[in-house]
Amino acid sequence: MAVAASIALGETSAQRRMARPSRLGDKAFEWLTLAMALTVVLLIILTGWQLWHGSMLAIKKFGFHFLTASTWDPVAEQFGALPFIYGTLVSSFLALLIAVPLSIATAAYLTELAPLWIRQPLVSLIEMLAAIPSVILGLWGIFVMIPWLRDYPVPWLKRLLGWTPFFSGAMYGPSMLAGGIIIAIMILPIITSISREILRSVPDLQREAAYALGATRWEVTRIAVLSYAKKGLFGATILGLGRALGETMAVTMVIGNTPQIVLSLFKPGYTLASVIANEFTEATTDIYLHALFAIGLVLFGITILVNLLAQLILRTITTKSATRAVQ
Amino acid sequence: MRFETAHHHTWRKIKSALACIIAFVSGVLVISPLGLVFFYLLIHGAGSVNWDFFTKLPAPVGAAGGGMANAIVGSLELLALAGVIGIPVGVLGGVYLAEYGSARINSVVRFMADILNGIPSITWGVVVYGLIVLRFKGFSAYAGGLALALIMIPLILRTTEEVILLVPNGYREASLALGVSRWKTIVHIVLKTASKGIITGILLALARVGGETAPLLFTAFGNRFWNYSLSQPIAALPIQIFTYAISPYDDWHRQAWAGALVLVTGVFFVNIMVRIVTRGRGASIV
Repeated sequence: MAVAASIALGETSAQRRMARPSRLGDKAFEWLTLAMALTVVLLIILTGWQLWHGSMLAIKKFGFHFLTASTWDPVAEQFGALPFIYGTLVSSFLALLIAVPLSIATAAYLTELAPLWIRQPLVSLIEMLAAIPSVILGLWGIFVMIPWLRDYPVPWLKRLLGWTPFFSGAMYGPSMLAGGIIIAIMILPIITSISREILRSVPDLQREAAYALGATRWEVTRIAVLSYAKKGLFGATILGLGRALGETMAVTMVIGNTPQIVLSLFKPGYTLASVIANEFTEATTDIYLHALFAIGLVLFGITILVNLLAQLILRTITTKSATRAVQ
Repeated sequence: MRFETAHHHTWRKIKSALACIIAFVSGVLVISPLGLVFFYLLIHGAGSVNWDFFTKLPAPVGAAGGGMANAIVGSLELLALAGVIGIPVGVLGGVYLAEYGSARINSVVRFMADILNGIPSITWGVVVYGLIVLRFKGFSAYAGGLALALIMIPLILRTTEEVILLVPNGYREASLALGVSRWKTIVHIVLKTASKGIITGILLALARVGGETAPLLFTAFGNRFWNYSLSQPIAALPIQIFTYAISPYDDWHRQAWAGALVLVTGVFFVNIMVRIVTRGRGASIV
């Protein structure tokens, strides 16, 4: 554009001399910003490479067996990731079980059912909940939530569902159940805010059509809004799953950190992220360190896949607002 | 027949009201952890937040008192380091997306940034451990700052892009028409106009990483004393809270609660300030 203008004006050589440095500045600035934008792509590649490179010894020694072996014995140098994969999946699904209905109901409340004056304050409070650092939720989990769980809901759960393998045995404190609940609290805000954006993007015509047919407020929400937004809500759930799988500090503090595979939610478990957090600085042998890097690689792989899936789902129904919330 | 329809209608209304109540209760349940956490932080922590807490080093096991002065200063140093690396990269990357990028490059970068946002923060600890700590044979403040910066980059990049896109094109055209070069237009006109929104994004990113523990565990590592060199391990508030929380000592638990109260106050302060400053502007934070 600048070039076209200068030609049209029949520029003098003096003018060209003045213009040249700034064009150079333009190019340099564009390349600089491009380089900065591309660091994002570079970071993903670098992370994958570093994790792969760092876990070389473990990959060579155990191969795919690493994913299926259930022994984690640093002294005997036997490393299998299965107990951690199991713990991560179970605690995350438990979290989703708790968080998804609550989040979607809250999102529906915020967009469809609540009186207008309540909406903005509630949204702000949910954003504040998202701002609580994980380590603080963990501290609260250890000293407030676990004793409360042990005293009130657990005896009640035992009486009601004690005959199933999931609620058998005694709960001494840190447990899969506590881990799942803490993760649920951590992912409530993100699932709620994305679900809210998705429900907001449902066209008003949908609602008006249902109201015109004489539907009640709840029927409008259920028939015209929720079922219309089904796919987006699924995307929000998957994104929440991605966050749940990688939650580290709060879970590490309440899940009990015992590498075992037991069905009972009252027993301690261990997750991929917590074993890294706990044992990384204790890894004295090379193979131990490489095994922990391999755990990191597994976690990276799973979360990348889950996030890819979530982004693809959310992007196909894309409205700008829906992707904006994905922070 | 007529009676039946009326009955049916009442039932539908009751169902609607019930659904509203259930949704309301869900909303209350969702925000209840916020109230509960803050309540217990005040109960357990407020008593130990005193002058000593902000000015003294941690006391050895068994000795009462002591503070977290080194951890508070350490956290600020780490945030400064993270900012020095993360802010320019994030802001300039956002400038590229908003001002230069082609649709294809932009969608790739945006997609990657969103994926990066979803990667567990502990991953950055592991990666920086491999890249920096192993290579330079030691935990350091630099490594911790870098790990935090890597979390900040995609956050700042995305908010900067969004804010810059809100700057009206007329501003750019007016500046270019005066013969100002494009990059000077961007720096002096576009970035200046969008500066409030960009700073908001930066502050929120800092508040977010200020509470991060996982990426610091094996990069900054923590330190019971003052840090005199950035190439040495450094204390940070979140690490200190974690160490104290999982310790068996009551004194340390009290300190952990106090530290948590201070940390949460800082994080909430930034969040609330940002909300007050940007309130009433709706979607546009320019």
